[in-house]
Amino acid sequence: MSSIVELSAVELATAIAAGELSATEALEAYLEAIEKLEPQVDAYNEVLADHARATAADIDTARTAGRPLGPLAGVPLAVKDNLCTVYGKTTCSSKILADFRAPYTATAVEKLLDAGAVVIGKTNLDEFAMGSSTENSATKVTHNPWDTSRVPGGSSGGSAACVSARLAAAALGSDTGGSIRQPAAFCGVVGFKPTYGRVSRYGLVAYGSSLDQIGPITVDVSDAALLTNVIAGHDRRDSTSADRPAENYLAEVEKPVENLRIGIPDEFFTDALDPSIGEAIANAADMYKDAGAQIVDVSLPHSRIDTDAEGNLSSYAVACYYIVAMSEASSNLARYDGVHYGHRTNQDVDGIVDLFSLSRAEGFGPEVIRRIMLGTYTLSSGYYDAYYNKALKVRRLIKNDFDRAFEKCDVLLCPTSPTTAFEIGEKSDDPLTMYLADIYTISVNLAGLPGISIPARLDAGGMPVGMQLIGPAFSESIILRAARTYEKISGVTRLVPNMARN
Amino acid sequence: MTDGNDIVKPIIGLEIHVELATETKMFCRCRNNFGDPPNTNVCPVCIGMLGALPVMNALAVELAMRVGMALGCEVPDFTKWDRKSYYYPDLPKGYQISQYDLPLSINGHLEVSLSDGTTKDVRILRAHLEEDAGKNVHDNPAHTGVDLNRAGVPLLEIVSQPDMNSAEEAVAYGQAMQRLVRWLGASHANMQMGHMRFEPNINLHITREDQTFKTPIIEVKNLNSFRSLENAIQFEIERQYEQWRGDNSYTMENFPKQNRGYNDATGQTVFQRGKEEAHDYRYFPDPDLVPVVVDDEWRKRISRSIGELPLARRKRYIDHHEMTFKEADALTMDAATGDLLDAAIADGADARRCVNLLLGRGAALANERQCTIAQTGITAKQLAQLAKMLANKEINATAAARIFDMLVDSDSSAKDLAETEGLLAVTDSNAIETWVEEAIGANAQAVEEIRSGGKKAKKAYGFLMGQVMQKSGGAAQPGRVKELLDAKLGRE
Repeated sequence: MSSIVELSAVELATAIAAGELSATEALEAYLEAIEKLEPQVDAYNEVLADHARATAADIDTARTAGRPLGPLAGVPLAVKDNLCTVYGKTTCSSKILADFRAPYTATAVEKLLDAGAVVIGKTNLDEFAMGSSTENSATKVTHNPWDTSRVPGGSSGGSAACVSARLAAAALGSDTGGSIRQPAAFCGVVGFKPTYGRVSRYGLVAYGSSLDQIGPITVDVSDAALLTNVIAGHDRRDSTSADRPAENYLAEVEKPVENLRIGIPDEFFTDALDPSIGEAIANAADMYKDAGAQIVDVSLPHSRIDTDAEGNLSSYAVACYYIVAMSEASSNLARYDGVHYGHRTNQDVDGIVDLFSLSRAEGFGPEVIRRIMLGTYTLSSGYYDAYYNKALKVRRLIKNDFDRAFEKCDVLLCPTSPTTAFEIGEKSDDPLTMYLADIYTISVNLAGLPGISIPARLDAGGMPVGMQLIGPAFSESIILRAARTYEKISGVTRLVPNMARN
Repeated sequence: MTDGNDIVKPIIGLEIHVELATETKMFCRCRNNFGDPPNTNVCPVCIGMLGALPVMNALAVELAMRVGMALGCEVPDFTKWDRKSYYYPDLPKGYQISQYDLPLSINGHLEVSLSDGTTKDVRILRAHLEEDAGKNVHDNPAHTGVDLNRAGVPLLEIVSQPDMNSAEEAVAYGQAMQRLVRWLGASHANMQMGHMRFEPNINLHITREDQTFKTPIIEVKNLNSFRSLENAIQFEIERQYEQWRGDNSYTMENFPKQNRGYNDATGQTVFQRGKEEAHDYRYFPDPDLVPVVVDDEWRKRISRSIGELPLARRKRYIDHHEMTFKEADALTMDAATGDLLDAAIADGADARRCVNLLLGRGAALANERQCTIAQTGITAKQLAQLAKMLANKEINATAAARIFDMLVDSDSSAKDLAETEGLLAVTDSNAIETWVEEAIGANAQAVEEIRSGGKKAKKAYGFLMGQVMQKSGGAAQPGRVKELLDAKLGRE
């Protein structure tokens, strides 16, 4: 296997710009890796080899002609298949969009392309981003490169597995309740969800509109900074995109945060947490302390996790998240009605309602149907106040908790997930158990805050353990710098699973 | 129509949907235009494509607020967008972006003039903005076509209180609203283009022997002409009364509000199957759009942009320029025509002469060209000069009419045209005398009839006058002609 795929995106971009490596060579190295490992990983819904080759050739021509290159020129990237692209299909890993070709490209992807990136393909996800393991995909099951009997996490499992197995230099994912961070933790890579509104959502297939955000999945923190540089910024096509200019996160990433105060939320460390993960976080806190940071106890009361007598977990934050996300999702997925695009039933129909019902029943998977039904219920007359409206109020309380915590610290440190990657099929029978896996990530989406998951270390079984840093709104720079600090003081970065080693 | 001593009082409220005259749609930059080939004014946003997001059209919001304020509504500090969910082929997202509990205007009223000369004040509950749906087209037996050109067009929904008590009042209210939205430049309100649609809510309060019964409220959906509005209401009043007569249990307590459609061909409202139950629209705030916060600065700016309203101007014309109601009404159908008149008057022209010109040739041309009087093209300056020339007897009325017709398509001044066309009044006695003598000479019989003073005298006189005017090319000063004609005929 080529050593090219061991390079980070920053290194690739530098080498290509310097003429040490051509975009075509870089691409071919990844296509070769895909040919070898993709049968085991199954990260891609679609590999766009021809298109990628043409793009790489254009970059090479531009470089030799002395034309200016963008910051990602020639870097092969993967894009989660819920981001619209005019190249290839955009399926959201759903049967209802199995043959759909978007007439436009998502803003974030356009920005990558403008920066010279080469899109290798579209990656697998839980259908419509609804899931935490990528097992809800109607296309295929993606395998964790560290142990192929295990899930890569979700919903951006394809993107995370891809980067982890070095089948792309970096990837874009989307995060509604942890869908970038959790798979990054499971696959031993970096997953960054910027502040809500930092990156345009135009072209991202909506799941939970007030929660969704696009972000990078990379092999290290510097790459995350580079990609965030490119995709962040105001977009007038997205009314919820923040009207603030993007910063140069890469330029700052090496500078440690002076007098870094790290908050550890009490409520997150309960019996529900796998002890080895708790230990990894504690260990990380110690390392930060040795490096001069101050560790502070903070409280996020409405994000606490309770266990009842039977051992059932519950959490305000999880309940709030699922009501908000499912309500919005039930509305966002109403457009898939078999009329204008996407799957339409071939069965005989008796009236328009039949056309709608059959097309949707045939096109949607069980988890999607479950969430649409729950979301419809929580918005319906007589229940709206008790569920949706109440959830909005709880959401405000959750956000207030974070605001108060950030008066005492610069970033929060906590686990990304209560467990490491579980086995394929282990949790897919009980949706509620699956929902509770999001416990550490969902509050961040509810509060609209930025959060990053980086590898803390490998556990005794050799599986990656992720840790999360969360910051106040628009504190991307602080988070990235604090994360980079951990890479330096721990030496944990650029983890490579065995299957991807030479 | 009514049994014995039954007192039937119709209670009518009207919902009016007004398409706003913006260049582009409510949430995307597609053209807002009627009559283009199907699905040519569409984009990912208004098609409801995956990943597309709405962006609010600020002008639409301004126009809506302008209408709201002109209706005396309160424009609250905070207004937001909500999703209204239902499934229909012409609604691509499966929801309509609308406003639910915090609309951008509340609690106003509109004064309506009725044919008997009285006025009625109709209260307005609210006005809110939303996006229009596309159109299902049923012109092919094999399938229904969906045209999304109209999907996303800004729609202002104005809801009245149930203050009207007859079809006539409802129509008058609809017409007053049409006039107002046109006046404000908020909508072209062209009925043929579907710019205005009506949905009346009708029920009856029937008093029989000191007991009052209330029939169920019926909403008639989607009426797009004043004629169908009038007919549908009238039919519904009669239908409800008949149904109640046959079955006194036909009341609000026993039957919920229902929707009915209207069949233009038969003039009847029809029960719509499947729309009996109230739909649960599952309203919730649209997470893709930010709320609109209105401050006093903004309100002041909108208020200033409104200017004088039609009814106030009509009153002013009656009071200050001594116009009749009919004249004032005709001149306040749109804002520009009155502006034109006011500017001409400000320029020193006599109001009465301007009014006559505008309502004479002006109205005739406007009718021919299917436009407003102002849109015929005459400028205030041209009109003022023309009126002054008339006042100074530099031209006569006939000449003025001809000049008016030319001015609408010309940049020239009235004076220039009068000169080049030879329409300046001829007062020169010699010239007129010559024409008079010629006319007398050529029409001996007419002269005889005049001199004999019989029944045909008046007509013959008019005929001779006309002959003289004709010889002068219409330019002779009629007063002078009469003097000389009388002299020649020996009449004093």
